[in-house]
Amino acid sequence: MLSKKVLLDSHGEDSSYFVGLQMYQKNPYDHVHNPSGIIQMGLAENQLSMDLLESWLAKNSDVTGLKENGGSIFKELALFQDYHGLPSFKKALAEFMEEVRGRRVTLDPTKIVLTAGSTSANETLMFCLAESGDVFLIPTPYYPGYDRDLKWRTGVEIVPIQCSSSNHFRITKCAIEEAYKQAQSLNLNVKGVLITNPSNPLGTTMTHEEINIIIDFCLDKLIHIVSDEIFSATVFSSPNFISVLEALHKRNLEDSIVNNLVHVVYSLSKDLGLSGFRVGMIYSNNEKVISAATKMSSFGLISSQTQHLVSNIIGDKKFMKYYMKENIKRLKKRHEMLVSKLKRIGIKCLKSNAGLFCWVDMRHLLSSKTFEAEIELWNKILFVTKLNISPGSSCHCNEPGWFRICFANVSEDMLNVSMQRLKAFMETSCHDDVCNARRIRVS
Amino acid sequence: MLSAKITCNSHGQDSSYFIGWEAYEKNPYDEIKNPNGIIQMGLAENQLSFDLLESWLQNNPQPAAFKNHNDQSIFKELALFQDYHGLPAFKNALVRFMSDIRGNTVTFNPNNLVLTAGATSANETLMFCLANPGDAFLIPTPYYPGFDRDLKWRTGAEIVPIQCSSLNGFRITKSALEEAYKQAEKQNLKVKGILVTNPSNPLGTSLSLHELDLLVNFISTKNIHLISDEIYSGTVFNSPSFISIMDVLKNRNLVNTEIAKRVHIVYSLSKDLGLPGFRIGAIYSNDELVVSGATKMSSFGLISSQTQYLLSEILSDNKFTKMYLSENRRRLKERHEMLVQGLQKSGIRCLQSNAGLFCWVDMRHLLSSKTFEGEIELWKKIVYEVGLNISPGSSCHCSEPGWFRVCFANMSEEILVLAMQRVITFVESTVKKNSQSRHQQLLNRNASRRTKSLPKWVFELSFQRELIATDER
Repeated sequence: MLSKKVLLDSHGEDSSYFVGLQMYQKNPYDHVHNPSGIIQMGLAENQLSMDLLESWLAKNSDVTGLKENGGSIFKELALFQDYHGLPSFKKALAEFMEEVRGRRVTLDPTKIVLTAGSTSANETLMFCLAESGDVFLIPTPYYPGYDRDLKWRTGVEIVPIQCSSSNHFRITKCAIEEAYKQAQSLNLNVKGVLITNPSNPLGTTMTHEEINIIIDFCLDKLIHIVSDEIFSATVFSSPNFISVLEALHKRNLEDSIVNNLVHVVYSLSKDLGLSGFRVGMIYSNNEKVISAATKMSSFGLISSQTQHLVSNIIGDKKFMKYYMKENIKRLKKRHEMLVSKLKRIGIKCLKSNAGLFCWVDMRHLLSSKTFEAEIELWNKILFVTKLNISPGSSCHCNEPGWFRICFANVSEDMLNVSMQRLKAFMETSCHDDVCNARRIRVS
Repeated sequence: MLSAKITCNSHGQDSSYFIGWEAYEKNPYDEIKNPNGIIQMGLAENQLSFDLLESWLQNNPQPAAFKNHNDQSIFKELALFQDYHGLPAFKNALVRFMSDIRGNTVTFNPNNLVLTAGATSANETLMFCLANPGDAFLIPTPYYPGFDRDLKWRTGAEIVPIQCSSLNGFRITKSALEEAYKQAEKQNLKVKGILVTNPSNPLGTSLSLHELDLLVNFISTKNIHLISDEIYSGTVFNSPSFISIMDVLKNRNLVNTEIAKRVHIVYSLSKDLGLPGFRIGAIYSNDELVVSGATKMSSFGLISSQTQYLLSEILSDNKFTKMYLSENRRRLKERHEMLVQGLQKSGIRCLQSNAGLFCWVDMRHLLSSKTFEGEIELWKKIVYEVGLNISPGSSCHCSEPGWFRVCFANMSEEILVLAMQRVITFVESTVKKNSQSRHQQLLNRNASRRTKSLPKWVFELSFQRELIATDER
């Protein structure tokens, strides 16, 4: 009666990532009304710089009021459904992205396809680049949403490129080749590699070496590179962010065939914290991809009302310069807070320089080095400590004990409360462990 | 290297519908700068009631400025709101609006509503939910050309037409339904459902109770789905009044039955409110699994929270919406009459219609031959010589050549008047040309028979007689 897609639950939303989100929604922490509720540390939102945007809005009421040069532009916007997108917005977006990349690359606005969020951009790229049953290789750990966004309606498969804590989860040539062989042994056709740079959930930017390994590999196999650069403006400390476009430029590969194989995804959901506005995009030098993706964007266009607003915000270069600087300052401070507070209770984080989260090492807290133990620990943290954090298994990490903890979607107070709760939990666990250890020794 | 979806052009955008659009973009009419340019009559937009919305915005500046009723900023909450269940206030207001449009004879449960970025997204999402690749949906012809892309391209679903004919005003018949079903079977396609647009695009008519009953009976017998795209439901300006599929289910006591679970409605504010740029669409379904699946799928095309909030405020203003619906209908009715009468002066008839933003126009008598080639030939003349972008029936999969969709709500009155003048001029010159050529043919024949030639007016008279004879068919 209904399609297989609806009946088979292949939407990937059963994972603990989504379960945690749902649990939080049922019992959310509130400083006054629900101080023992669940603190949400599983959502990679950027709530740190909303005040800056609000202050911009207060000074630019004409923009939200849909007025320009003394006249109303409501009618033009209401009728504007051209899937090529608002030209002024694409121009501003291209320029903003160039700034984020330190003006080390030039972006052509006509190579931008606007989509309702990067969720839509990623799925659209799959439809353009792969047939049902084809494979994309993705380094682990990766954003749990990819299981739904890339696979569900497209029929595309994901084969993981296994990364390991032994080298800080860096991508190696060996790991990519292994993944490729995996796919081949399953008789699957590999169409490309998808990377998130800066990484979610690691919070690290890719090194030159890693990007070049990927470019070389894809050039050799003539497969696509999709680089999801959604966290590109959240890089708060060195090393600098290196976009795949910059790497191509540096290696003079812009006129080569690989130029047609590289596609960048971006969105304003993380850098500007505007996840509700659904502002995403695809950037590609491949004309055919741009042409098809543009038509496909009909299925997820950005509201013209929103295009108009964000085009004015990011087109205000003076404001954006200030915003970026201040936003990064705040992210860095918050990141340091989380890292140092975790350190104080004996928990280490992967060294990171970007993103809205830390990749936290809780392997030593596992009752056994298994994923069952990881979920057991996650359950305790969710239901006892009342912190929603994301277990590494939901991100397809191949080693149990790692967790992603977000730091930019909570207030400082909530961060302090969460760390206190974690400290108390650690002390009780230690006490339990010591008691258990004693019991074992005695018996 | 790239997927077959890109390389095989199955996006359906080669049709004349889109080509005419492009011709217009290259040479658009402008009163001052380009008075001989092409007048756009191929776009079903509603531009008649913007002043009402603008005035509302003027009187209610807060929602657009992210402020609530207490003048407090809710920018942060909205900026972070990406819950695919949608803004509750908006869904409540939207179902209330949908109910108002239907004269409050039915009510909708906001929990059964899924928000999508436009009806384009809603229709595709429903296909993903109801059909597997290769399954078919039956659609009455003529239909909206965009369906070829929206329903088929990425889903792999197929469309099999339910052929409707001018003989009975393009009404859906039982035999047409059965014929379409058989056709699908012959092609080894599994039929998953029927999709109707009610009121119809491009006909501009609302489905009769008889047609709706036929549809319900048919889906009941065949155990298939029915999607009712009711995107034009607020544009019904004349009797008969709009009968929604929900009305029929209610009146036949089929609510809460298995059949009701297979009926799904698509809606949007693009036509009734003239807001296609804001991407506001919705799916309404009584089937929990469909609602649940479609809700998750809406992640791929959510409505901007900024826009959801603005519209929730507009639609919650019941005094305004009541006034808007009534005034909008009145203006559409007036404009519709202008077009119908304007065409009548040129001896061109329209299908009698009571809704929509266009007329279904009968130009069969102007064809040089009763073929689709003849139709395209006429269409090209109208686009390039007369300077009107209208949509040929073949782009809407009409089974008879000579019908055209002409929009009336996307231009000013002055431009419509000008368009009508151009039509008169064109028809007069066509009549003249035809009668001259006919005159010449007769002369040639007479010359060979050595008979006296007849005066011109005799030939014109005989041509007029032929025109009248055609109309009466």
